Amino acid sequence: MTSPTQMSAGTLADLTPGSALPSLDFPPLSRTTLALYAGGSGDHNPLHIDTDFARERAGMPDVIGHGMLTMAYLGRYLTKFVPQRSLRKFGVRFQAVSHVGDAITCTGTIVKVSREEGRTWVELDVTAHRGSPDAEVLASGRAVAVL
Amino acid sequence: MMVDRSLIGLQLRKYVCVVEAFQLRLFAKAIGETRGCYVDPAQAVAAGFRAPPIAPIFPACLGTNPDDPLDWATALGADLASILHGSQEFEYFEPICAGDRIRVERRIADVYEKKGGTLKFVVFSMECVNDDTQRLACRATQTLVVRNPAPTQ
Repeated sequence: MTSPTQMSAGTLADLTPGSALPSLDFPPLSRTTLALYAGGSGDHNPLHIDTDFARERAGMPDVIGHGMLTMAYLGRYLTKFVPQRSLRKFGVRFQAVSHVGDAITCTGTIVKVSREEGRTWVELDVTAHRGSPDAEVLASGRAVAVL
Repeated sequence: MMVDRSLIGLQLRKYVCVVEAFQLRLFAKAIGETRGCYVDPAQAVAAGFRAPPIAPIFPACLGTNPDDPLDWATALGADLASILHGSQEFEYFEPICAGDRIRVERRIADVYEKKGGTLKFVVFSMECVNDDTQRLACRATQTLVVRNPAPTQ
């Protein structure tokens, strides 16, 4: 899992608690993306792909994005900094629903760096925003990795 | 059926699913994942995996029964339109890769309510076990929020 933009594990471990990670912007959510996600994830809930259902059955103005798509973006963000096989825990709380057109931005902060049994453990907070980093929070949570 | 604490302990149907490479490619496309190790077997091997690994949240997709993707909603007896995803957690023990056979076990671990019962919270616990090695690969916890639950017709 190497990529030119990936920080080395050493770099991450050198960061101190409170350090902000570079943010990552995703393109605006499209109906195509929601349809692809329904297929790729196996989540066929019509609330995410059928406008008629969203309006008439759920009383919503339109379909809403899959919460797990937001979390998937956070997962992509996390694995820019932490190799996937280093991840031990990853959890989020969904705080608002995403809508078609939302351009999600992910931000992150180092919470804790510790050494145990010769290995470096890192805790990170990650947040997905509706638009810019100071915009409404869609989901936020924490990941634990051992480097 | 009402969403209430009598659901605690309910097990959903167990199944074994094969992690299909084509589904991982479609999933990668959906989330805009283009890094080689997630889509190209050779690059996955070069990165130390036996095959392309699943994305960090993909265990939740394995928790969708391919024969009945909405069986969890049927188990709750709640209208899909009234259900939102409250929170999601994963604990990772070993990689899951394309080609793996994964046994999925899901149960309702907790049910509680807030706001005088107008919001019900249902906690699903899921384990993904590699069916060839019998080793636990991932444990996931999913909390769903059911708004204004009403008996089904």
